[in-house]
Amino acid sequence: MTEAVGGPVALLSILVVVVPILAAVLPLAFGRLSDSVGVGVALVASAVNAVIASVLAWVTLSGGERIVTEIGGFPASQGGIELAVDGMSAVVVALIAVVGFAVAVASLDDRRQNTFYSLYLLLVAGLSGVCVTGDVFNMYVFLEISGLTAYALIASDGTGRSALAALKYLIVGTVGASLYLIGIGYAYVSTGVLNMYDLSELLAEVGYADPLVLSAFAFMATGFAIKIALFPLHTWQPDAYTEAPDRVTALIAALVSTTAAYALARIVFTVFTVEFFATNPIVQQALLAIAATSVVAGSVLAVIQTRVKRMLAYSSVAQFGLVVLGIGLLEEFALVGAIIHLVGHAIIKGGLFLGVAVFAGALGATTVDDYDGLGERAPYTSAAFAVLAISLVGVPPTVGFVGKLYIAIGAVNEGAWPLVAVIVVSTVLTLGYVLRLLERMYFTSPASLEGATPAAADGGEPPSSSSSSASTSGSDGGSDSASGATPAPGPAASHHPGPAIVAVVIVAAVASLVLGFAGAGIESILEPTVNTLFD
Amino acid sequence: MIEDFLLRYNYVVFALLLGIGLYIVIDDENLVKKVIGLNIFQTGIFLFFITVAVRDGGSPAVTHGGEGTFVNPLPHVLILTAIVVGVSLTALALALVVRIHEEYGSIREDVVVEVLERD
Repeated sequence: MTEAVGGPVALLSILVVVVPILAAVLPLAFGRLSDSVGVGVALVASAVNAVIASVLAWVTLSGGERIVTEIGGFPASQGGIELAVDGMSAVVVALIAVVGFAVAVASLDDRRQNTFYSLYLLLVAGLSGVCVTGDVFNMYVFLEISGLTAYALIASDGTGRSALAALKYLIVGTVGASLYLIGIGYAYVSTGVLNMYDLSELLAEVGYADPLVLSAFAFMATGFAIKIALFPLHTWQPDAYTEAPDRVTALIAALVSTTAAYALARIVFTVFTVEFFATNPIVQQALLAIAATSVVAGSVLAVIQTRVKRMLAYSSVAQFGLVVLGIGLLEEFALVGAIIHLVGHAIIKGGLFLGVAVFAGALGATTVDDYDGLGERAPYTSAAFAVLAISLVGVPPTVGFVGKLYIAIGAVNEGAWPLVAVIVVSTVLTLGYVLRLLERMYFTSPASLEGATPAAADGGEPPSSSSSSASTSGSDGGSDSASGATPAPGPAASHHPGPAIVAVVIVAAVASLVLGFAGAGIESILEPTVNTLFD
Repeated sequence: MIEDFLLRYNYVVFALLLGIGLYIVIDDENLVKKVIGLNIFQTGIFLFFITVAVRDGGSPAVTHGGEGTFVNPLPHVLILTAIVVGVSLTALALALVVRIHEEYGSIREDVVVEVLERD
């Protein structure tokens, strides 16, 4: 592999972290001037970041080289921190920047306090940092920056429920990050270095069968399994996704677990390398077993949910199980599939949760029952939502299909037929809960509203007619506001989503189709990067 | 066997602190005590890093003046960072507990869950 050190391109890998961090200070510093400082800074900074990250991704993917940057001129041999960007990190960095920008646009109609945007920018900075760093301890710090801001964002609407969900996430997430820190400690004790590339060489010298090396991997992998929310370590995730403000859910569901899964892939392929697993086949088997369990359990739990946000949350448990399958198979096609599925899932889930935000905001629809006849009441969002949902199942020609296909090809190449069966079963189960939603949206007319005018986006307002479905959503909103101290009805029900968020949902749906058609092209773009990870 | 443990009592303490901290996090219904448990858990990890940095007869790297043995300063720096992270986490966790207390009038998880189920 070629390696470039320094130069203007290296500056880009620093900027993707520095731009959002510096921008995060501005809403705090100038917040007194105007209430719209925050949203303005967030939009500009995330747009700039998206451009920087795209250039970085283009340079790394086209050149096929790893860009290494010594921070402050301290070489890694003297304990300095290096940033190291290869194709895999650049893809995830670009994803973070673009999805971050899209969610910022989608939040235009839901203006929040300036401090909210500081948290948002810090989250983007932390996530980008996890991807660009080449140092295991630096990764821990960035992981915790993104964790801290994610906890705070989840509680940002100030309800008791979201505070409780955030605290649960904080406690479980901190234990996860701390386990990773113990893993770092063990790896450091056995090698004396923290740089990922130095670690990969020295761990091989120490010996992959060494108990200390094995424990280091076990602690790191368990820590990431918690952060990714793999079954049975997912317990924080459904509550966090369900209780967070809708747009925050979209951001977190699209990016936070994605970055943790990237981190796992980085540790597996760059730090411990494929030979580690060849020496310890049981470790690979354990990883695959957890991933497969997660796929099946997540899908089953999603099928039985009644709240749409919770259903989509459990669906993420299953989808990240698939991604970890792709990582754990240790096969080129499977890893390509895992990376595509990481990107695809982020676009699909981000779009779906923004769709949920539109439905909840305009129509007060939050449960599966509320989705009756949404296809008529919110036609554009529903169409985009349907495309994204079908993409989640993995129907061609969508990006969801491409990712699953490559993971399945990888499983076939490895002769892992039980895993192929798991992928098929999960697809059927996904079809189960997705069809349930689509059937409601398009083929069930809300019995109560048949007589009413089909005025779009008005259906969920205070039920004047004593209808069964309207009273369901009414009582739901009632229980929410009863739990909140604020006397006003829940902000979701009274508040009208603007055109920006609908546009973003449509763009996400189009992106999932375009990436689906581009499937084979993506494979050839990722191939050089993936090959270097298997050397 | 027992001698091994006694000679490496520092690692035994590390493991004990992890266990005690995690036990409090899982078992205690009091949310503030859960946060305290989390802190004990993290402190165990901090002590692990500090204890592996020790060299027999070594002095702190800052004051040894370039002569003789000195302890490895890198883990100290790492743990300084980790402590900062831990403090931020504790602050945020306590802020969330305050919010929960305002809302439900209790900092016990079982009571809060009861209130939530009544709604």
